[in-house]
Amino acid sequence: MKNMANRDQTLNEVLALASTHFKVPRETLAADDDFFQKLGIDSLQALELLTRLENHFHVELPDYELQGVTDFRTLAERIQARL
Amino acid sequence: MKNFRGEAISWELVEGVIELALHRPPANEIGSVTLKELERFVEALSLLERDAAALIIYSQLPSGFSAGADLRELYEKTQSMRSADRVRGVREFLERIHAVFNAIDGSSLTTIAAVHGVTFGGGFELALTCDLIIADKMARFCFPELRLGLIPGFGGIPRLKRDLGNAVVRDLLLTGRSINASKAQSVGLVSQMAAEGEALRVARSTAAQVRKFDRRTSAAAKRFIKPIPQEELRLEIKIFCDLFTQPAVEEGLRKFVENTTVQPYLP
Repeated sequence: MKNMANRDQTLNEVLALASTHFKVPRETLAADDDFFQKLGIDSLQALELLTRLENHFHVELPDYELQGVTDFRTLAERIQARL
Repeated sequence: MKNFRGEAISWELVEGVIELALHRPPANEIGSVTLKELERFVEALSLLERDAAALIIYSQLPSGFSAGADLRELYEKTQSMRSADRVRGVREFLERIHAVFNAIDGSSLTTIAAVHGVTFGGGFELALTCDLIIADKMARFCFPELRLGLIPGFGGIPRLKRDLGNAVVRDLLLTGRSINASKAQSVGLVSQMAAEGEALRVARSTAAQVRKFDRRTSAAAKRFIKPIPQEELRLEIKIFCDLFTQPAVEEGLRKFVENTTVQPYLP
């Protein structure tokens, strides 16, 4: 139960951070959205997102762990696994 | 030449500090234009050194310090060449870039790389020629060359080995992963962290401090603590050229250049 609450918290923080920094209204972002499409970002901006997430959560997330990851939910799970 | 405004780089001498700006869109890829202008800078450097105490290298582009070598140019230029000519061309380019980087590395000035955003491959190698790296907290460092079947070719590994423990070097090189500024500072690569957008300001403040010291003393101290790893640099060129003939390299470059997805900089 606690793990699930932590996962939800992490996901919410990921969505909030993405919304703030890429200036996309929070209410338009959903867990299973493709963040490349929804945020309109390229790979350099994806690295920027990765750095912001690492700085926010104080984790190290090797970029190869993001290979093939395109949705917020999986991104949050990868972060959760490092917390 | 105290001031220069080129296509890829510019420099100016301001109150005893040379500021070398990188500004070749989209991400300061280092190709023939940048190399030519860096050669002009190195030619001017001996005169500039008379009036300066420090050199700051920074990027004026939002994407970052530099995404590294211009792989598109490399791929396009070598496509029409025979194998032997390709290697000759690559070797000549490497010899020239090494001459430039060695000149910056060995400059009597105290040199500072003020970095933000992507500091990848050749861009990372340029930062490593400097005495100090001051990083914006959004900076990211990476040697992605193994993804292309290559090793870094602009002197990166010998310089990283000079400055850091071998385990960190292996981690960066063999995984090809990128690390953020906090991690880079924790392993000793980054000397100071700056808030977002503040790396140049912090570098200027550091340069102002450096100017207080006697130039000859600073230069002597630098010669003592920062030897140029000449033998390893020569070996790096050889290994790079040997690897360059492998089919995996052409395939890796082709994949990168022809990649139309949004993820070419991700592994």
